[in-house]
Amino acid sequence: MLIFIKIFELKTILSEQQLAITIKRLAHQLLENHVNLENTVLIGLQPRGIFLSDRIVEEIKKETPADKVQYGKLDITFYRDDIRTELHKANHTDIPFSIENKKVVLIDDVLYTGRTIRAALDALLDFGRPEKVELCVLIDRRFSRQLPIQADYAGKSIDSIITQKVKVLWQSKDGRDEVVFVE
Amino acid sequence: MQLSTRHLLGIKDLTPNDISLILSTAEQFKEVLQRPVKKVPSLRDVTIVNLFYENSTRTRFSFELAEKRLSADTINFAVSGSSAAKGETLLDTVNNILSMKVDMVVMRHSASGAPHFLSQHIPAAIINAGDGINEHPTQGLLDAFSMKEKFGKLEGLKVAIIGDIMHSRVAMSNIYLLTKMGAKVTVCGPPTLIPKYMRDAFGIEVSYNLKETLEWCDVANVLRIQLERQNQVLFSSLREYNLAYGVKKNLLDSLSKEITVMHPGPINRGVELDSDVADSKQSIILQQVENGVAVRMAVLYLLSERNPASN
Repeated sequence: MLIFIKIFELKTILSEQQLAITIKRLAHQLLENHVNLENTVLIGLQPRGIFLSDRIVEEIKKETPADKVQYGKLDITFYRDDIRTELHKANHTDIPFSIENKKVVLIDDVLYTGRTIRAALDALLDFGRPEKVELCVLIDRRFSRQLPIQADYAGKSIDSIITQKVKVLWQSKDGRDEVVFVE
Repeated sequence: MQLSTRHLLGIKDLTPNDISLILSTAEQFKEVLQRPVKKVPSLRDVTIVNLFYENSTRTRFSFELAEKRLSADTINFAVSGSSAAKGETLLDTVNNILSMKVDMVVMRHSASGAPHFLSQHIPAAIINAGDGINEHPTQGLLDAFSMKEKFGKLEGLKVAIIGDIMHSRVAMSNIYLLTKMGAKVTVCGPPTLIPKYMRDAFGIEVSYNLKETLEWCDVANVLRIQLERQNQVLFSSLREYNLAYGVKKNLLDSLSKEITVMHPGPINRGVELDSDVADSKQSIILQQVENGVAVRMAVLYLLSERNPASN
């Protein structure tokens, strides 16, 4: 326990520079496994996953023709399993292409309990039957999963205790790029 | 994030924030309705009864579709063929239905205030689908949604509500909603169909001149002449009404700009609205119907009961 506390006195998980490098790496890993993004579509999860997906798409477009990149945004509010305990504000879904028989890469900022991804998989299937679904996250909070779900691409894996919150801050939304622990 | 009210009895009880929340949620549901699977599982643990004590096509189908698109279980009640015809009271009927574990009640009734009465006596959430000449809140919301979709915002929008203002619950809901959201409203019709107090009570304009009103407005929401609610002669004939207040193609063509025409349906073709106008590009009547499902999904979703105890 002491060791945990020692580690997490450092509140920053990823600095601005580390974040930029990590995003680049994730983009390159995606391109490595999905050559030229043929038959692959990228889908960012609303509300906060889209800041990461926007950045990844930006990086990918530096390496591959922009018109090859099929990129959408998915909101999972109506598929949540905690809908009876709390209402969440619905955000916009925009998937302007078919996902039928496509390889889909879901992109979110933090993988924690896995419940958001469960909802996202349900939502996704209402758009068609993808050939394969992969998950790309910036922060993987290990040992916190409540469902059997894991990431195929993770920017950084961290061990955290349940009372800690991980917050990913974005320049365009929060004024700076950083990943931090919030006690 | 939730509505300030447990029921939707009328727009009168909603705050501008409530209205914005319903309209923005409806926008997301409209996208759901474009998907290959036009359905979400949000209300799969909710049962809804549609109690229609008065005839309806659009509203009933629209609510029923909205409920099904949200995965709710639905039962339908029409007064003919039910025990209400044998003299059962409204409260008894509803309590009997609720004892079968129904969570929400959508009700249309010919008596103004019927859903308000019910809301004081039963635990379920009530959605008013039109009560007498009082309000038709979901119609008001879908009209506003359609205007917002077309013009981008409601604030400052010039809306004319034309026709039988006195007997129209659609007019009431529209007036409450549009004034709360900062739109400018003028009601227009024959003096016998516009109550005297309208201008002072709601802070809106009253006009008896159709051409002037149409020249002023961005949107004309044309109301149905409610033949079933006229118990005295308020205008001499439908033909005369059409000549004085019917919205016609040549009248619209004579205006300096192209206005948008709306109608809550069902249309009396050739009375308040001529066929060539109803079917023209200027009319968004069928878009209103399409938007109705999304708006009702938003209302049902936002009012479906939360149970924090099961946390």
